[in-house]
Amino acid sequence: MTGGFRSRHRGETHVFDDLGALLACASPRRSGDELAGVAADSAARRVAARMALADVPLRRFLNDPLIPYESDEVTRLILDSHDAAAFASIATLTVGELREWLMSWEADAGRLAALAPGLTPEMVAAVSKLCGNGDLIAIAAKCRVVTRFRSTIGLEGRLSSRLQPNDPTDDPLAIAAGTLDGLLFGMGDAVIGINPATDNVDACIRLLTMLDELRLKFEVPTQSCVLSHVTTSIQAIERGAPLDLVFQSIAGTEAANAGFGVTLALLAEAQEAALSLKRGAIGSNVMYFETGQGAALSADAHHGLDQQTVEARAYAVARAFSPLLVNTVVGFIGPEYLYDAKEIIRAGLEDHFCAKLLGVPMGCDVCYTNHAEADQDDMDDLALLLAVANVNFLIAVPGADDIMLNYQSLSHHDVMRLRHLLGRRPAPEFEAWLARMGLLDDSGRVPPLPGSAPAVARLIGHGARA
Amino acid sequence: MRDDAFEMLRRMTRARVALGRSGDGLPTAAKLEFQMAHALARDAVWGKVNFDGIADALAPREVIKVASAAPDRASYLRRPDLGRRLAAGEASKLRPGPFDLVFIIADGLSADAVESHAADVVIATEAQLSGLTIGPVVLASEARVALGDDVGAAMGARLVAVLIGERPGLSAADSLGVYLSFKPAAGLRDSARNCISNIHGHGLSTERAADKLAWLVREALRIGVTGIGLKEAAPDAALPTTAQPSSITHHKPTGARGHE
Repeated sequence: MTGGFRSRHRGETHVFDDLGALLACASPRRSGDELAGVAADSAARRVAARMALADVPLRRFLNDPLIPYESDEVTRLILDSHDAAAFASIATLTVGELREWLMSWEADAGRLAALAPGLTPEMVAAVSKLCGNGDLIAIAAKCRVVTRFRSTIGLEGRLSSRLQPNDPTDDPLAIAAGTLDGLLFGMGDAVIGINPATDNVDACIRLLTMLDELRLKFEVPTQSCVLSHVTTSIQAIERGAPLDLVFQSIAGTEAANAGFGVTLALLAEAQEAALSLKRGAIGSNVMYFETGQGAALSADAHHGLDQQTVEARAYAVARAFSPLLVNTVVGFIGPEYLYDAKEIIRAGLEDHFCAKLLGVPMGCDVCYTNHAEADQDDMDDLALLLAVANVNFLIAVPGADDIMLNYQSLSHHDVMRLRHLLGRRPAPEFEAWLARMGLLDDSGRVPPLPGSAPAVARLIGHGARA
Repeated sequence: MRDDAFEMLRRMTRARVALGRSGDGLPTAAKLEFQMAHALARDAVWGKVNFDGIADALAPREVIKVASAAPDRASYLRRPDLGRRLAAGEASKLRPGPFDLVFIIADGLSADAVESHAADVVIATEAQLSGLTIGPVVLASEARVALGDDVGAAMGARLVAVLIGERPGLSAADSLGVYLSFKPAAGLRDSARNCISNIHGHGLSTERAADKLAWLVREALRIGVTGIGLKEAAPDAALPTTAQPSSITHHKPTGARGHE
């Protein structure tokens, strides 16, 4: 099943050495693929690659692994867990025909969910390269991936949010302030999640305890997470910390995961440890993963693949552990991977599309760094596109400015505005809590309240003393 | 309207809390203040360091100007590999030592940081290092941290201290970082360096940074190592307590260490 691919157009023949090269050349232009030296060297060659890719039978991806089975545990996971019965309905299709079927009215939420175990990351990465941004949105919008812990995330008509109250010194008071600010906007129904400034067990336990006390004080139906390394979380569990979700950054190759200090076995151990605590009130999705295009290349662990294809492989890792939440940190990695807003926006839509097709509960950190060619207007655009695509959750930071990680995401205002604009509501359990707290009006919206309003005074007054 | 509760939130954190609302959006002043912070960060990234001014501030010390292989800022941002090595012919400008220590001032991602703090840190550190053989100060444009490895090797330096503009955040566009590497040579791993970061007006002062750097320099020369081995030997007072350690320990995907 090896051998090259050819595409002829107006007398010119383009040759692509193998499947990996074909996928890389078919990718929309981005700086990371150019840095890796795998991108198409002309616009025509890029489209010629797509024409050749459209004719590739889906079976080829099962028989011709991009990274050898013997040398990569992510490849083994993908192939060993492939569901042939689910694949049967599309087994005879090409990549181009799969795109057309996904676009068809026949492909509804139920059929897409049934197909997910039959799809591999490489198949969905391939089909994404034939899709325009509008296609990525329309197809992803049909997918539903619902997960539960204390709240239910991913239901139709809902848009959840991660509240991210980071502080450069892990100061509990500052983190409480950011959390309370977010709760007043209805943020935090996906998770209240802190990136710790210092990754050690004591700091992790201190933050977990503080977040849990805040949650219990106000009886908030959500979950908390300290985004430490998975080994730190395991130690925190052993020491009896009130840990809801285990976090880990993951990538799409064994070598890139080694760069993060994880293996599939270690992730399984962490999942088991978190499950043993039985803290989920209504469900047992206990894992939280972050991903992002370029992570594998930055660890020199991309095996010559384009960054979007490697990224999709990370979703196979994610789905093996039934996560509550997964999000791409799309603009965080920097301009050497995604140079400008056009590249960031495209990558955000691709990541969400690929994850959802694979049955992964995808959210997004709509974000950028100050050395990327992007600004807050571009984040407004991407957030709106993802919300229309029914993204499970978005990350929100006070004033869009993360003072610990030094980058910009969405603000509490931004996510609340999207909910109001598009008629999306928070997770049902959390929505009921907001109503109980007096933070919703009769139409289900979060009204602007003065500091003297009883609901605000109660939350801030008690929360600040927590 | 009493807003005591919001005032309490603002006192608890430097984060942008209790900004107020205009309907579902930000009030105008808050909106524009954010834009100004981003504009300052953008100007810091795209600004050109006035290396002549830095040479004047360092006089009478000898300086040597070199350029990386990145021909302009856009290439620098897209191609980190080019910023890590010298442009063709530049190595011939360097004067071989041997030296105990060479300071390299690199523009990195913030021209403001370098212009505001780099010369002060060099001068204050050097004052604490009498008895050491210190080479000329190298001024490197379109440079990343690892450029110091090439420079240090070419100059026969036992240690290089790369002072470099950090990726600007909205709260500080002028933050300087220092990376100290023992036995610099191409291919040195980041884990073999020690970092002092967050040197700016509201972070670590240049004096404190110089204290820490001087301690690290003497200790690195004594035990012959930088990186994790040196960090573990450091007393608390010598560690960068206000360091913004996200570039090392945060768990957003890696690769965002734009200045390295």
